[in-house]
Amino acid sequence: MSGANDPYDPKEVAALSAENLDAAVRKAREAFAGAADLEALASVKPGHLGDRSPVLLARREIGALPPKAKAEAGKRVNQAQSAIKTAFDERFAVLQAERDERVLREESVDVTLPWDRFPRGARHPITTLAERIGDVFVAMGYEIAEGPELETEWFNFDALNFGKDHPARSMQDTFYIEPGDSQLVLRTHTSPVQARTLLERDLPVYVVCPGRTFRTDELDATHTPVFHQVEGLAVDKGLTMGHLKGTLDAFARAMFGEDSKTRLRPSFFPFTEPSAEVDVWFPEKKGGAGWVEWGGCGMVNPNVLRATGVDPDVYSGFAFGMGLERTLQFRNGLPDMRDMVEGDVRFTQPFGTEA
Amino acid sequence: MRVPVSWLVEHLGFDEVPTPDELADAFTRIGIEVEEVSPLGPVTGPIVAGRVVEIEELTEFKKPIRYCKVEVGPEQVNQIICGATNFVEGDSVVVALPGAVLPGDFAIAERKTYGRVSQGMICAADELGIGDDHSGILVLPTGTAQPGDDAVELLGLNDSVIELAPTPDRGYAFSVRGLAREIACALDVPFGDPGVVEIPEPEGEAWPVHIEDRAACSRFVARRVTGVDPTAPTPWWMRRRLMLAGMRSISLPVDVTNYVMLELGQPLHAFDASALSGALTVRRALAGEKLTTLDDSVRALDIDDIVIADDSGVISLAGVMGSASTEVRDDSSDILLEAANWDPASIARTVRRHKLPSEAAKRFERTVDPALAPVALERAAKLLNHYAEGSIKPGRTDVGAPTLPEPVSMPIDLPDRVAGVRYARGVTARRLGQIGCQVSVTTSDDGQTIVTAVPPTWRADLVQPADLVEEVLRLEGYDTIPSVLPPAPAGRGLTEQQRRRRTVWRTLAEDGFVEVKPFPFIDPAVFDAFGLAEDDVRRNTVGVLNPLESDKNALATTLLPGLLETLQRNLARGAKDVALYNVAQVTLPRAQQVPVPSLGVERRPTEAEVASMLAALPQQPLHVAGVLTGHRELAGWWGKGRQADWPDAVEAARRVGQAYGVTLRVVQSDLLPWHPGRCAELRVGDWPVGHAGELHPKVVEKLGLPKRTVAFELDLDALPLDDHRPAPVVSPYPPVLLDVALVVDASVPVQSVTEVLGASAGDLLEDLRLFDVYTGEQVGEGKKSLAYSLRFRAPDRTLTVEEATSARDAAVAAAGERLGAALRA
Repeated sequence: MSGANDPYDPKEVAALSAENLDAAVRKAREAFAGAADLEALASVKPGHLGDRSPVLLARREIGALPPKAKAEAGKRVNQAQSAIKTAFDERFAVLQAERDERVLREESVDVTLPWDRFPRGARHPITTLAERIGDVFVAMGYEIAEGPELETEWFNFDALNFGKDHPARSMQDTFYIEPGDSQLVLRTHTSPVQARTLLERDLPVYVVCPGRTFRTDELDATHTPVFHQVEGLAVDKGLTMGHLKGTLDAFARAMFGEDSKTRLRPSFFPFTEPSAEVDVWFPEKKGGAGWVEWGGCGMVNPNVLRATGVDPDVYSGFAFGMGLERTLQFRNGLPDMRDMVEGDVRFTQPFGTEA
Repeated sequence: MRVPVSWLVEHLGFDEVPTPDELADAFTRIGIEVEEVSPLGPVTGPIVAGRVVEIEELTEFKKPIRYCKVEVGPEQVNQIICGATNFVEGDSVVVALPGAVLPGDFAIAERKTYGRVSQGMICAADELGIGDDHSGILVLPTGTAQPGDDAVELLGLNDSVIELAPTPDRGYAFSVRGLAREIACALDVPFGDPGVVEIPEPEGEAWPVHIEDRAACSRFVARRVTGVDPTAPTPWWMRRRLMLAGMRSISLPVDVTNYVMLELGQPLHAFDASALSGALTVRRALAGEKLTTLDDSVRALDIDDIVIADDSGVISLAGVMGSASTEVRDDSSDILLEAANWDPASIARTVRRHKLPSEAAKRFERTVDPALAPVALERAAKLLNHYAEGSIKPGRTDVGAPTLPEPVSMPIDLPDRVAGVRYARGVTARRLGQIGCQVSVTTSDDGQTIVTAVPPTWRADLVQPADLVEEVLRLEGYDTIPSVLPPAPAGRGLTEQQRRRRTVWRTLAEDGFVEVKPFPFIDPAVFDAFGLAEDDVRRNTVGVLNPLESDKNALATTLLPGLLETLQRNLARGAKDVALYNVAQVTLPRAQQVPVPSLGVERRPTEAEVASMLAALPQQPLHVAGVLTGHRELAGWWGKGRQADWPDAVEAARRVGQAYGVTLRVVQSDLLPWHPGRCAELRVGDWPVGHAGELHPKVVEKLGLPKRTVAFELDLDALPLDDHRPAPVVSPYPPVLLDVALVVDASVPVQSVTEVLGASAGDLLEDLRLFDVYTGEQVGEGKKSLAYSLRFRAPDRTLTVEEATSARDAAVAAAGERLGAALRA
């Protein structure tokens, strides 16, 4: 190293010679290329780009050069330093990419490992079915009506035109409430909600009522003493049995697909006149498309309208009712109704929250 | 009701008789439900009439076995083994010869059995496919057939039986007469009514009869036949029809009454006239009266029962069953036939009261044609005269005043308006005429065409225009009614309550609970297992009078018994980690049970009447409950999971509240069947709405449940429908986060500390969260340390740490003042 005032010949400043700078660049490139990973690269970096690296040391000599030599030497040093920096950056980029790739590879897992920490919950398919039916009718402009399960005989029978000792009443296989003269029963159908609706609401009414009902049937593959029905009631001016049929057809299509439809067979219910059994055409019926008994329906008996203060000369109406267990049974092809009442989680879980 | 097709079509003028299936379709179309169509047989091969020539009793076997010589054709005698003993030498029987095939692919061959060669089989009725009688072999009345006659022809095996279930409004359809008329209407064929016969003018009374209770009996007719040969057999054709209809042949007089009932629909009763003493009286039973009915049971009568009495006392439970003392016996020759119209409602009550359903009562309950009694008696008397040489006495008793159907009028287009169909002109009048109405058409003052129908005597069910409308519609066919969707007015969708309930329902399922629907019937003994005090309100249940299982005779006041039973079932079937829930009504008796008022149906009840009826109903709030056992978080390759614990129950309950839009407060509580130290009461404000926590170890043990089973139950109807309309303002400024650890007495509930901190930290507090609870040496005995993180934020500026710190300090100070909380050193 020479002092600032020393006589100076650039040719004699070896550090700034083109040969030396080229050698420094070459050595740096070799060192960087020889670094196998980012750590090795970092460890060789100071020797080629640090304060005491050959190029940086050479740059210090520039100040002592005569003015006319400074520019040329400075340019040469700059080029050398830039070349080393580029070589470093390129190597760094390569090694970083290698490292990133390796880290990701090392972090990979078997994503097919089961991840079922939380047991799955489910709603009962009857609940889901009731909700779905409710939605179908709400979309048609109906509202959802409700009523208690323990009812007065007046609502369950009398108001629905069941004569006091008419066989239709004893055919309902009723659960009676203590004491014997309580005049209370577990509702045998959702139809008492018809009478409640007509007493409570202003006309016209269009309601459906899904709910739990009770009959003294022994539990077997196709019967359960506690079951669910959905009741429909429309009372308005000018309603016809054609309107009933149209509503049932729309209901059937919503439940069983566009190809579904209904068929009416004459029957008897005290609270409707005329009355009909409803069969539904079920395209996916086990063993081939066919008719399935679905429920009962009819035009609201004028006696029911009178008992609830509706003038049968002005208003008419229709009503229908279906069993939900039965509907679920044939829709899903379930062999045994007992599974619906026993509460085995293996039955309910596959239905999830929607079914 | 079972009807042989051959009997049904006897009264119909078919050019070509339809197939049984076509007849069944016709019945279905007009509303007579078909249960079954059963063709008889099939039988093939040689089946003939035979005459038993000789019977050899084989005694070496455990049961009686007969080796019979049976004449089965001209000069042909077969030897046949038979296990039945209800026949004697000379009897006429039916023999399936080798080569015959009976129903059920039962092939008959000559074979060796019981050590003898048997050349055929002597048949019982059920083996031939006629009826289900297997009490012995079929013995034909003497003279019915000659040995070798083709039995297929003789027995009418080329026939079918249609089993029908007419609806209870159509009493007339419980007869061949009524059913044939239905077919005539359905298929438009001529009908020869067997109910139209000439009734001879009587000479005097058949027997003195007095109707004391006119409401009980609207008509009582009697006819006497004397000199009846008690040994006269029932002719084969009648036995066959009774057998196919499902009735046993008993004796000619009894068979005749049953036959006429099936044919015409009028139940008859035959008394042994020699056993009657004095005039007959129709009245209600007197208190304390008893009757030995012909099934030999002694029945205590109710003062509502209608009876027939003579001088000796009650001799018949009218319309239901006669007495043993006056029934027709093997030697009866003097017979008094009775046909009457009993009050349907009274008969129904008597049947229920004495549990005595019968073919006769079934018809009386559904109303019997009041014009039919003399017709049916004439028919029965003539049959007794013809088949048992009975002498019909010229007298007839006919007392009472039967009620006849009233005329019904309606606008002639009412059927069109109800159906939504334009029927062809004249259809309404024609159809009403076809079912037997006398129809007239008039024009009202305002120009409307009115049709008036006088219903026939057998149609007591036709009382209002709607009834006539149904007749027109069903006969024209429901398949002609169009399908038209009515334009319903715009609805309001689900109610607020319905929407929130649905959210609750769904939330629990999404949280891993499986919904189950146990029956609401519980055994009150479950409350002993729960350890409830004698006066616990939950023991106050509503009872079911006729439960299916006698011990489960109470309606649930809580959903837990049903849920725990379902849990037990799942565990018994091998499940380990189970979370169940149920949403259902419970039934809570009122403190003061008021009687249900008796209301009529002729008019709308008043508001007060409706209110008093509703007040008589027990309360039935909707509850939600859940139980958990086993892992809440399952064990797996990731670790050992987490067992369900009391906080899971509390959390589930609180999530139900959130789903309903209500924040539930938790208060330490102690209520069985929960663990006394691990029971949370859930409240809305200060109003308790349910409980959650771990079940009492003793209860768990008694019910055989896994330890640490947890449960919750909430009264959903007690949750308020709070107006839930949040309007949050979200501040864009940064928060200041501060932690604080407070030491309080161990007895201070965490919720109190949290509430005080929350209420005292001012408006700048955005969030408050307990992140650690510590008890131990460092805080001293009887103390606990609660570590909270607090997040402060200002709505309009960047909050300084100083502001936040002073808000926190205020909160800490309040906790110190009110709960003795100290900053943890």
